[in-house]
Amino acid sequence: MEAATNLKLRRKKPGSGDKALETLLYIWAALMLLIVLYPLYFIVIASFSDPSAVAGGKVWLFPRGWTIDGYKELLKHSNIWIGYRNTILYTVVGTAIGLAVNVSAGYALSRRDLVGRKALSLFFIFTMFFNGGLIPTFLTIRDFHLYDTFLVMVLPFSVAVFDIIVARTFFRTSIPAELWEAAQIDGCGNLRFYVQIVLPLSKAVVSVLALWFAVGQWNAYFNALIYLQDKNLFPLQLILRDILVTNQMQTALGTGEAAQIALRLANLLRYSVIIVSTLPIICFYPFVQKYFNKGVMIGAVKE
Amino acid sequence: MLDTQSSGGAQRIFARIGRNWGLYVLLLPAVVLLLLFTYKPMYGVIIAFKDFSPAKGIMDSPWAGLKYFEKYFNSYQFSVTIKNTLIISLYSFATFPIPIAFAILVNQMRAGRFKRVFQTVTYMPHFISTVVVVGLMLILLSPGNGLIGAVYRLFGAEAPNLMGSASLFSSVYVWSDVWQHMGWDSIIYIAALSSVDPSLYEAATVDGAGRWHKIRFIDIPMLIPTAVTLLILRVGGLLGVGFEKAYLMQNNLNISGSEVISTYVYKIGLISSQYSFSAAINLFNTLINFSLLLLVNWVSKKYTEHSLW
Repeated sequence: MEAATNLKLRRKKPGSGDKALETLLYIWAALMLLIVLYPLYFIVIASFSDPSAVAGGKVWLFPRGWTIDGYKELLKHSNIWIGYRNTILYTVVGTAIGLAVNVSAGYALSRRDLVGRKALSLFFIFTMFFNGGLIPTFLTIRDFHLYDTFLVMVLPFSVAVFDIIVARTFFRTSIPAELWEAAQIDGCGNLRFYVQIVLPLSKAVVSVLALWFAVGQWNAYFNALIYLQDKNLFPLQLILRDILVTNQMQTALGTGEAAQIALRLANLLRYSVIIVSTLPIICFYPFVQKYFNKGVMIGAVKE
Repeated sequence: MLDTQSSGGAQRIFARIGRNWGLYVLLLPAVVLLLLFTYKPMYGVIIAFKDFSPAKGIMDSPWAGLKYFEKYFNSYQFSVTIKNTLIISLYSFATFPIPIAFAILVNQMRAGRFKRVFQTVTYMPHFISTVVVVGLMLILLSPGNGLIGAVYRLFGAEAPNLMGSASLFSSVYVWSDVWQHMGWDSIIYIAALSSVDPSLYEAATVDGAGRWHKIRFIDIPMLIPTAVTLLILRVGGLLGVGFEKAYLMQNNLNISGSEVISTYVYKIGLISSQYSFSAAINLFNTLINFSLLLLVNWVSKKYTEHSLW
């Protein structure tokens, strides 16, 4: 009680230094928001502006020389839409496989009555720090005839040890051992217990891992670069790489009117393709953000 | 269920395994996938010590000893790739306090709508793909028609070609990373701060501590265990700069500052098909990283009682 009144007394005379600090804090925060948002906003307005106005530095707050040619151009590039379709397929199938593999492994490792638990954990964790490297892995994929197939994008690299650890930590802290003991007495086996009791109780961790996996799949380009050759299998990110990075150099060359028009369209295409490819993630993200945070916290709990 | 460490006999252990056979079924897919696609390639690293040819296979290719390691150590690219990799990773290592500072500042904000929006917005760039981020950089940082060019012209100056400069490559690489990930990387610290017992702050207030003192004597000590764990993990990756972003940012103009070990391994291995040579460079890199991780973890365990395992 005494402490409480004491607290109030102190609170009544906040130092003027604290006020100044508070102001500085919010100025800093506003600056941060600007730094993060402005580049993204700039691309949005640039995608609706005349590229010469963008190049001339006339586009700052609003589009100049309104045009939707970039988006029209986008519709003509069928490879973008093939890439889009492929990415959606890889994301859906890859996430399903990833969840099935990692959540199950996480559950098994969370059980303290699993014989060989320590050795198995080591078997998994070791791969986080040591691996065969690019070429031996590439040769392995080729030996299994997985090179340039749909499967290589969703199956071989679906084990995510970090996700297994997150799942394991979650199960340890939220599925009480008594539950299994009770189920066992009623004659319930491990598999049935896992599917009918553990999974329905674990929607939080399953959704976090699903989101992590889906975002990872959507954004990845490394495996596609290494293991795919057939353009019809390319995910969106590899197509984006061609448009945004590789062709950047080529279109800058060349003169004449035809080259000018091509350059104009290439620039517009670049802006609009960024918008179209990133929009799903950006729109989807604020709704699921709280799950991401939760996941990081589950993962951070150290045993 | 008791986890009996003591006694048992083989029979009892087998009985316990048998009773839980379902758990092994759950583990099976992950174990099989790792064996096939992670452990099998580990056996494949022996091609680093062989003159591997795909026609002969791993077994029948002749031994080459340390030839390919020597080839790398004696090559011109050895010092270039090691230097670039170290510069970039030490540089990015030096930015590790940024998310910590970020978390402390966010923790100082009053809970409410602004704070929530602020966190949502600053985490967002983390979800943009590397390809798009590098695409953004190429657009915005172009000295001719990019945003940065326009800003410089406003002041009557000429913009540097950030994406085409070898000496500026590490700065561009690291600061764009900070832009993309500082918010996201701070989450784990914000979580640690949110678990601080509020009575600690109240007691500090009673003792006359101001904002700064609370940060100095409560917040920072609370963050140290998390920071140490993350630092150890980063040291383990000291000689590794991620392939994805470095490769995308590379061009003919900046190549002398942007060729890192991972991109070199890719080019030697998959573009010029020198499998054994590439595997040797890769193995050398992995071994250094792995030893660094063990070393730092050991030192940390000895002096601070924080360790990974």
